[in-house]
Amino acid sequence: MLSLSSQFPILVAIAPLMTAPICALFRGKAAPWAITTIASAFAFYISLQLLLTVASSGPISYELGGWAPPWGIEYVVDLLSGFMLVLISGVSTGVLLFARESITKEVPTSQLGLFFAAYLLALTGMLGICITGDAFNVFVFLEIMSLSSYALIAMGERTDRRALTAAFQYLIIGTVGATFYLIGVGLIYMMTGTLNIADIAARFPEIEGTRPILAAVGFIVIGLAIKLALFPFHVWLPNGYTYAPSIITAFFAGTATKVSVYLLIRYIFTVFGVDYSFEGLELTDILLPLAVLGFLSMSAVAIYQSNLKRLLAYSSVAQIGYIILGLALANETGLTASIVHIFNHAIVKTGLFLSVGCMFFVVGSTYLKDLEGIGRRMPITTFGFVLGGLGLIGVPLTPGFISKWYLVVAALEKGSVIGYGIVALLMISSLLAVIYIWRVVEVAYFREMPEGTVKEEAPISLLVPTWLFILGSFYFGIETSFNVGIAKAAAAFLMGGA
Amino acid sequence: MSFGFFNYWVFIILLMIGLYTVMSRSNLVKKMIGLSLFQISVFLFYISMGKVSGGTAPIVVDGPLDTAAPIYSNPLPHVLILTAIVVGIATTALGLSLVVRIRESFGTIDEEEILEMKDGA
Amino acid sequence: MFALETHVALSLIIPLIGAAGIALTSSVPNIRETVTLVTSVLLCLNVFSILPSIMNGVEPTVLLVELLPNIGLTLKVEPLGMTFAAVASTLWIINSIYSIGYMRGNNEPRQTGFYICFAIAIAATMGVAFSGNLLTLFVFYEVLTLSTYPLVTHKKNADALKGGRIYLGILIGTSIGLFLPAIIWTWTLTGTVDFVKGGILDGHASAGVTGVLLFLFMYGIGKAALMPIHRWLPAAMVAPTPVSALLHAVAVVKAGVFSVLKVVIYIFGIDFLATTGAAEWLTWVAAYTLIAASVVALTKDNLKARLAYSTISQLAYVVLGASMATSMAVAGGALQIVMHAFGKITLFFCAGAIYTAVHKTEISDMRGLGRQMPITFIAFLIGSLSIIGLPPLGGSWSKFYLMLGAAEADEIYLMIVLLVSSLLNIAYLLPIVARGFFYPPLGQSDEPVPVGYEKSDFSWRNIQEAPLFCVLPPVLTALACVVLFFLADPIFRLIEPILTP
Repeated sequence: MLSLSSQFPILVAIAPLMTAPICALFRGKAAPWAITTIASAFAFYISLQLLLTVASSGPISYELGGWAPPWGIEYVVDLLSGFMLVLISGVSTGVLLFARESITKEVPTSQLGLFFAAYLLALTGMLGICITGDAFNVFVFLEIMSLSSYALIAMGERTDRRALTAAFQYLIIGTVGATFYLIGVGLIYMMTGTLNIADIAARFPEIEGTRPILAAVGFIVIGLAIKLALFPFHVWLPNGYTYAPSIITAFFAGTATKVSVYLLIRYIFTVFGVDYSFEGLELTDILLPLAVLGFLSMSAVAIYQSNLKRLLAYSSVAQIGYIILGLALANETGLTASIVHIFNHAIVKTGLFLSVGCMFFVVGSTYLKDLEGIGRRMPITTFGFVLGGLGLIGVPLTPGFISKWYLVVAALEKGSVIGYGIVALLMISSLLAVIYIWRVVEVAYFREMPEGTVKEEAPISLLVPTWLFILGSFYFGIETSFNVGIAKAAAAFLMGGA
Repeated sequence: MSFGFFNYWVFIILLMIGLYTVMSRSNLVKKMIGLSLFQISVFLFYISMGKVSGGTAPIVVDGPLDTAAPIYSNPLPHVLILTAIVVGIATTALGLSLVVRIRESFGTIDEEEILEMKDGA
Repeated sequence: MFALETHVALSLIIPLIGAAGIALTSSVPNIRETVTLVTSVLLCLNVFSILPSIMNGVEPTVLLVELLPNIGLTLKVEPLGMTFAAVASTLWIINSIYSIGYMRGNNEPRQTGFYICFAIAIAATMGVAFSGNLLTLFVFYEVLTLSTYPLVTHKKNADALKGGRIYLGILIGTSIGLFLPAIIWTWTLTGTVDFVKGGILDGHASAGVTGVLLFLFMYGIGKAALMPIHRWLPAAMVAPTPVSALLHAVAVVKAGVFSVLKVVIYIFGIDFLATTGAAEWLTWVAAYTLIAASVVALTKDNLKARLAYSTISQLAYVVLGASMATSMAVAGGALQIVMHAFGKITLFFCAGAIYTAVHKTEISDMRGLGRQMPITFIAFLIGSLSIIGLPPLGGSWSKFYLMLGAAEADEIYLMIVLLVSSLLNIAYLLPIVARGFFYPPLGQSDEPVPVGYEKSDFSWRNIQEAPLFCVLPPVLTALACVVLFFLADPIFRLIEPILTP
C-alpha cells in the first residue's frame, strides 16, 4: 500500500498544489517556468499511468487520509475522469513549453513567480475537480481554479487594460455560478445526508422528484452552465479569452470550460441518473434549444469579429454548444460525441490559440487589420492556423470531423423531425465556421503586408509546441482509437447507470 | 408558510438582495458588496441546515453526560461553511484588488463610465 | 514489381513524395520541373501496372487506417475507378509538360507552390478513383477541393479572391451541407458505407427516403456541377489555364461525375433505382442542365467561360447516363468520362496556347488567328469534333451508348434532348475554328481575289505558334481523341463487369 503508485490519485492534485507556493518564491525568468513545467509534466505522467491502470483494471478509489467513504473524502478515477486528467495535464504541459519565451513579452519578469504560482493553482483546481468523488470538494477545487483564473486573466493588463474589467466581470459571474452550485450541493446534502457522489447517486432514487431536489438540480445545472459558458451564460468568456495572455487563453480554451462540462456530465449521468434526468426532468427540452441556439448564434457572431482571439473565443462558445447538444440528445452515441468533442476541441483550439500567440509574439497585435498579409510574413505559423481552422470546420481527417460524425449519427438516431432539423442546423453551423475561418485566410493571404515589414517567423520554441498540437490534432483525427475508444467506453459506462 | 422555515426565507431574501445589487449597481465596489451579501446568505443556509432542534454543540466531553442520549447539532455543514467563508474572503479580496487596479488604470470605478471609454470593456 | 496492393497504395504515395521533392528543389526550377515530370511518369506507369489484374477481375483492397470503428479509409480498385485513374494519370504527364510551357511562358509567380498543390490534387484524385467506401471518397473529395483552392486563386488579385470564394463556398457548402449528411444517413440506415456491387440501400430505404437521399447525394457532390450549383465552375476559370485544363476538365469535375456514377452504381444500385423510379427527377434536371448550359455557352465571348459552360453541359451527360439507370446508359456515362476528358483538355490547352502566344481571351478577338497558329487551331478542331461526337473520334462512342441507353429506357424525349444538344455543341464550338481560319485577322481585310484565281491564306511566314511545350500537349491529346475511337472496345470490356449484376 505504501508504494508510490498507490498514491497516484492524490499526487496528481497535490503535486501542482504544493509546487505553487515554492514557485511563488522564485524570481527571474527561468526558474518559475522550469518548476511549473516539471510539475505539470509530472502530473501528466501520473495521469497517463492512472488512465492505463483504469483501462486495464477498472476504476480506482482512493481514501483520503485513510478515512473510508462516505465519511472521508474519496478520490475516484474512472475512465472519464482519467481521460480528463490526461487531457488537462497534457494540454497544460504543451502550453507551458510554449510559455517560456512567449510570456516574457506579456508579463513583467518580476511577476513571473506569482504568475506561474497562479497557473499551478488553476491546474490543481482542474485536476482536482476531475479526480475528487466528493461534491463539496468539487466546489473547493472549482473555486481554486476560478480564483486563480481571475488573477491570470487580469495579468493580460500590460497588453490591454481591458483585461482588468474582463477579469472583474468574470469574477462576478463566475462567483455567482459557483455559489449556485454550492446551494445545489447544500440542498442535496439536506436530503441525502452525504456528500460522497457515489453515495448520493445510490440514495438518489428514493428522493428524486421531491421539491428540494428539483431546486438542487436547477441550481446545479444553472451554476455549471454559467461556468461552462453555455449560451446565454457565455458573456464572460469572449472578454476573458480576448484579453488574457496568450498562453492563458490557449490553456483555458482547451480545459477550463471542459472541466465544467465534465461536472455536468457527472451530475446528469451519474448523480441524477439517465432516466430521471431525461424522463423525469426532461433536461433535453432545456439543454437542447440552448445548445442549438448557442452554436448557431455564436458561429454567426464569430464572423463579425475584428480581433482574432475574440473570433476564436466566440467559436469556443459555439463548440460548447456542440458538446452540450451531444449530451442533451441523451443517447449513447450523443454522449460519445460529447466526450470525443471535449478532447478534440481541446487539441484543435489550443493549437489555434497558440498559433495566434505566435502571431502576437511577432506582430504585437491580434487584430485582423494588423495581420494583413500574415500568410507571407509568417508562413509556417499561418499554415498551422489554417490547418487548425480546418479542424474547427470539421474537414475529414481532422478531429472535428470525427466529432461531427458522431453528433450527426446521434441526431439521426434520435429520429423525428427534431433529429433531422438538428442535422440541418449542424451543417449550417459548420458552414458558418467555413466563413469565419476563411475570413482569416483571406486576410492572411490576399492582403498585402504592411509597408516595411519583412518575413519573420516566431522563434522555434514557439513553433514546436504549436505544431505539436496541430499535428496532434491530425493524428487524433486519423488514428481515432484512443479518443473514440475511450469516449465510447466511458459513454457506455455512464449510460449503463453506474 | 410555517414559521419553521424562517431561516430559509431570510436566506432567500438576502440571496436576492445580493444578486439584485450585483446586477443593478454600476459602481464596482457596490457590486462587490452585493456579491458578498450573496455569498454570505448561502453561509446562513448551510448553518441553518446543521441545526437540530434541541441539539447542543457537538463536543465530546469526558465523564457522564447530563442526559442519556444527548442530541448534537450536525457539525459538518459548519465545517463546510468555514471553507466557503475562506473562499468568500478570497473572492472579495481579489475582487477589491481588481477594483483598485481598475481605478488606477481607468481613473474611475463606475462601470458605465468605463464602457463609454474607447477601449472600455 | 511489388504486390498489387502496394501498387494501389503507391498511386497515392508517389504524387505526395513528388510534392515533397518539389518543395525540396524549389530553388532550382529545372530540377523542380524534372521532379514533376518524373513523378507523373512514375505514377502513370504505376497505375497502368495495376490495369491487367483489374481486367482479370481482381479487386485489390488496401486498408489505410481505421478512421472510425468499422469504417476505415479503404482503397479498393474496381473497373470504373481504374478507368478514371488511368485517364487522370495519363493526362497529368501531358499537363505537366504543358504547365511548364505555360507557367514559364507567362512568367507566373509562386510556381513551386503551384506544382506542390498540383501534385497533392493528383494524389487526391487517385484517392477518389480508388476509394473503397463513401467515407474514403468523401475524404479525398474534400482534400481535392482544398488543394485546388490555392491553384484557383493563384493570381491572388481581387478576381481570384472572388472566384475562390464562389469555388470554395459552393464546393465545401454542398459537400458538408448535403453530401456528408447523406453519407451518415446511409450509414445509420444500412450500417455500412462500402461500395458494393448492386448497391447497399436495397431493402433498407423506402422509396421516399431513397428520393431524399438521392437528392442529397446529387446536390452534395457539387463537383458534378448540376444546375443550379454549377456557378463554381465558371468562377474557377480565373485560374491559370493548366489548372483549368487538368482540374476543371479532368480531375475535379470528373471526380464529381465519377462520384455520381459510383454512388448510383454501388450505393443505390441500378436495379434498385430503376424499380423505385426515384431518379426520374434527376433525368430531367440533367437534361435541363445539358441544354441550358449549352445555350449559355453560346452567349459567352470569353473562350474559357464558353468552355466552362460546355463542360457543365458535358458533365450532365454523365449524370444523365447514371440517372437513366440502364446498363447501356451507365456505360455511356462511364465512356463519356474518358472521352470528354481528352476532348476538353485539348480545347483548354489550345485556349492557353493562344493566351501564351498572343494574350487573347475573347473569341471575337481571335478572328484569323488560325492562319497564325494553324497547329493549335487544328487541334482545337479535332477536340471540338470529339466533344460534338462525330466519328472517327472517341467522343462518338459515349454519345452512341447514351443514345442506346435512352432507347433502352424508352425515353424518346431524351433522345431528342441529346440530338438538340449535339447541334448546340456544333453551334458554340465550330464557329471559333471557322472564324480562326476563314476570317481575316482583326483590323485587316482579305484582298479581293479575282474570279478564277486561287489564293491561299496560309503562308509559312505568318506562323507564330506558342512555345513548343504549349503546342505539343494539345497535339498529343488531339491524337489521343482519334486513337480512343479505336480503343473503345477494350475500355468497354474493362467496365463491363460493373454493368452485369
